[in-house]
Amino acid sequence: MCGIIGFISRKKRLIRGDKIAIALDSLKERGNGQGSGYVGYGIYPDYKDYYALHVFLKNTPTYHKIIDKVKNILSKYGVVVKDEEIPVKEGVLKKEFIPWRFFYDFHDSYKDIENDLMVNIVMEINDKVNGAFVFSSGKNLGVFKATGWPKEVAEFYRLDEYEGYMWLAHARYPTNTRGWWGGAHPFNILNWSVVHNGEITSYGTNKRYVESFGYKCRMFTDTEVVAYIFDLLIRKHKLPVEYALSAIAPKFWDEIERMDEEERRIHEAIRMTYGPAALNGPFAIVVGTHEGMIFMNGDIEKNNTMIGLTDRIKLRPLVAAEKDDLVFVSSEEAAIRRICPELDKVEMPDAGSPVIVRIE
Amino acid sequence: MENEEMVIIDAKDMNYRELNEKIHEVLNKNPNIKKIVLKNVLGQRYIGNGIQKRDLTIEIYGVPGGDLGMFMSGPTIIVYGNTEHAPGNTMDDGKIIIHGSGGDVTGHSMRGGKIFVRDDVGYRSGIHMKEYKDKFPVLVIGGRAKDFLGEYMAGGMILVLNIDREGKDLGKIKGRMIGTGIHGGSIYIRGEVDEFQLGVAADIKEFTEKDREKIKGYIEEFCNYFNLNEDIKEKLINSEYTKIAPVSKRPFGKLYTHDLR
Repeated sequence: MCGIIGFISRKKRLIRGDKIAIALDSLKERGNGQGSGYVGYGIYPDYKDYYALHVFLKNTPTYHKIIDKVKNILSKYGVVVKDEEIPVKEGVLKKEFIPWRFFYDFHDSYKDIENDLMVNIVMEINDKVNGAFVFSSGKNLGVFKATGWPKEVAEFYRLDEYEGYMWLAHARYPTNTRGWWGGAHPFNILNWSVVHNGEITSYGTNKRYVESFGYKCRMFTDTEVVAYIFDLLIRKHKLPVEYALSAIAPKFWDEIERMDEEERRIHEAIRMTYGPAALNGPFAIVVGTHEGMIFMNGDIEKNNTMIGLTDRIKLRPLVAAEKDDLVFVSSEEAAIRRICPELDKVEMPDAGSPVIVRIE
Repeated sequence: MENEEMVIIDAKDMNYRELNEKIHEVLNKNPNIKKIVLKNVLGQRYIGNGIQKRDLTIEIYGVPGGDLGMFMSGPTIIVYGNTEHAPGNTMDDGKIIIHGSGGDVTGHSMRGGKIFVRDDVGYRSGIHMKEYKDKFPVLVIGGRAKDFLGEYMAGGMILVLNIDREGKDLGKIKGRMIGTGIHGGSIYIRGEVDEFQLGVAADIKEFTEKDREKIKGYIEEFCNYFNLNEDIKEKLINSEYTKIAPVSKRPFGKLYTHDLR
């Protein structure tokens, strides 16, 4: 099951976080209260040039020691501009973790490779620091997630105090692994964020593949690997986004056979080269993308975009809708209409064909 | 609110349990009820489930949630809006008329009754429809269907008219894997379908005048519900259709027993 929804303003209009929470609440039947989460893009305008690290700290009396360990790693490459507990409303959830945030700036000498270094830092903290899990590591964005129902998690994180131009959200119904704070969606690395309904049957293959490039899957659930695949294929390998998505949801061989010579060869090459990056199993995902994505026609995307995609045989639902500058994707049309009753257009995207929404 | 013939329920912000309990309460208290009007419906699941009452009409304004009319036997549901997944799931008898689009698995496992969808339907519509004696389910789609139409179909009829909101032709259909695993019933699609668009066990059969007679009544019914004019009706009746049916009587008869005689 699981319920997903995302929306973006193509004019970068800022929208308060309680909107997405209302929409997600109407998908709560698709979850079971074992994980809900949100990501807002554009929420930290005052710190927009710094990495905003959101870190779960195991809630023990000595949690300050965990903060020191995280700071030790961070201080190797830059400075923590500010750190504090993420403002929460006490008493809403059982606080298994203390969500902490660090605004972080790399030293000038590292600026050229700061994205790669940030990935390494996240992997190092998640792998080596006991009781610390980085769950958000982008700039001018933040993930807010926990074990709980959509409304509870939104209330806990005081989501109505943030404004963003893109929001993604997820109500979880854990099936293959237990629900915990770090297992809630969205999964994020840099400015990539993924919410997912379904299961990645190929998780083992995908995990081994990304781990051979230095990523470490430490969140005990399959969707984490999807965020790393996007980062690897599109940011690191600079694959045009259309091809990267075709690697993730591959074309059928019989479809490839009917393509023109050039296209056929490209798709054959993608299937052969990126076989271990293919997501097998049922999925519908909504992805917030990192900057610098390259398109087939050579366009380079300066902004973040929103992508909606399902597996190629459509084993999970996804609808897309538009109203003025807003574009929505969701598991159910009703969730979209909950926050935007009158829509200009509603459609069901083709299986395995992405909906990519760019800022104007 | 007792012994009424018509009851209006405002479903605004109502949980699906509350709404469905209310519908059943109305049915219990009003034995002569003919019509229930549901306003401001938004995502509430299971509306009309299991209701057995032939002379009842349920009008829905908004977007009902999944499994609309599941196990229903008799009533007519009219939806002024789109529906989510599986309207008519395992319905036994009655009608669902959708003035909009149906979600994935529209008509899932229907065993009787009729569904008319004005616009499009999602993936796997008509999956596992089945027929038995006088039980003959029919799914009529005004626009187009996504892939896996009539998957594992065992009986009944699916009719795809392939027209847009104005009644204009939508052109050649895009769907793939049509009738995957079909072993009974028939699918009629207006216009041409290529062999490669078919799933395993499905085959293109000759569309005969007998077939045209079979679908004519459902086209007329469709045009009637959605106010389509005579010209469009005539066009739909006299168009060429592709008939898709099982490749043989028992396409999977030897799936597990190929070595047996």
